[in-house]
Amino acid sequence: MSGDHETHNPEPEPYPALRTKALESLLVEKGLIDSGAIDEIVRTYEQDIGPLNGAKVVARAWSDPDYKKRLLANGTDAIAEMGFQGAQGAEIVVLENTSQLHNMVVCTLCSCYPWPILGLPPTWYKSAPYRSRAVIEPRAVLEEFGLELDDSVEVRVWDSTAEVRYMILPERPQGTDALSEAELADLVTRDSMIGVARAKSPASVA
Amino acid sequence: MNGIHDMGGMHGFGPVEREENEPVFHEKWEGRVYGMTRQLRQFLVTDAGGFRYAIERIPPATYLASSYYEKWLRAVESLLMENGVITAEELDRRTAFYKENPQAEVPRSVDPQRTAEVMRRILTRAPLHKEIGVKPRFKVGDAVRARSFNPLGHTRLPRYIRGKTGEIALYHGVHDFEDTVAAGTEAKPQPVYAVSFDAAEVWGDSAEVNQRIYIDMWESYLEPVKEGT
Repeated sequence: MSGDHETHNPEPEPYPALRTKALESLLVEKGLIDSGAIDEIVRTYEQDIGPLNGAKVVARAWSDPDYKKRLLANGTDAIAEMGFQGAQGAEIVVLENTSQLHNMVVCTLCSCYPWPILGLPPTWYKSAPYRSRAVIEPRAVLEEFGLELDDSVEVRVWDSTAEVRYMILPERPQGTDALSEAELADLVTRDSMIGVARAKSPASVA
Repeated sequence: MNGIHDMGGMHGFGPVEREENEPVFHEKWEGRVYGMTRQLRQFLVTDAGGFRYAIERIPPATYLASSYYEKWLRAVESLLMENGVITAEELDRRTAFYKENPQAEVPRSVDPQRTAEVMRRILTRAPLHKEIGVKPRFKVGDAVRARSFNPLGHTRLPRYIRGKTGEIALYHGVHDFEDTVAAGTEAKPQPVYAVSFDAAEVWGDSAEVNQRIYIDMWESYLEPVKEGT
């Protein structure tokens, strides 16, 4: 929107914004929605639920071998131990990336994504290019993300078509032995937990 | 349905475009649509695949031209109209009102108990597995073929995998079936598996090297492949 004073020639609102106002007002009048719940849902996904949750899970798995074992055996329970659960995370399977095996996640039919640990998906994840190409040319897609894999590395693309959600446990970067869990979490990006990137190296965040 | 949403393996959409430091919602209305939808899904839209199917039924050209939350908005509108909750006329009239009265506020209704109940549902885990005595027909390692069918309703079996042969990789448990089922019949929960396919089986000579595809599938999507066939 323009920075002009709102009472003077405000830019006309785009159609979806007007339509949304109309819909919200009708549903409030009919008693079908709670305005406070809309505010709280928006606030929660803007501020509380996002990839920082997943980064804490990954950092703990890198630091605590027993936790990593539990996480790979039953992702949902191990993630709930950290206090993360809820919609679009009823069951979460965690897949480990190694130097020889690279997993990545897509939802070709829609936009399925593990909300409790990664928040709402970025636009590119929901876009036609990613959804169409990830299953047929994953290496080409990964190269666009800056990740070039040797032919000897097996690529596994997980098309999350049912209600199970997937998270990738990225490989722990070299040179991180002395880092605390909190420092490790800073290296874990959203993209590395979708499987389209590696975790950051300590040098890149120093 | 064989809709535009079923995109796996299509060509021509160009590079994956990314936005640095992307906000969760780009416009305020997107958050309002999301927050409304989450409440309506809990209280109103309970059919299997209902919301997804409403998105899939958006005409293909419109689907491709619409942003993610525009598709949500259209899907919510059409479901509310189909369920007789709102009419197209009242929605059009109200939209025109807000266009003519840009300063007009949207009315609010706040009930803290209701807010808390909505948030509790969103933040609570509801396990998928149904303990109903159904035993899985397949075990990990079994060779299976994805059935070939083309239903008009909602399905989670993508076109690109129909008729292809793979093997059971994981067993997930017995989950509600999300496909549209015939009117008057019940969608019984079924075993769900992750099924693994060699990319060469799926894409033939066009496959990249050393790749597998894993797809979650309900048991009724699968048929056994006998040794030597």
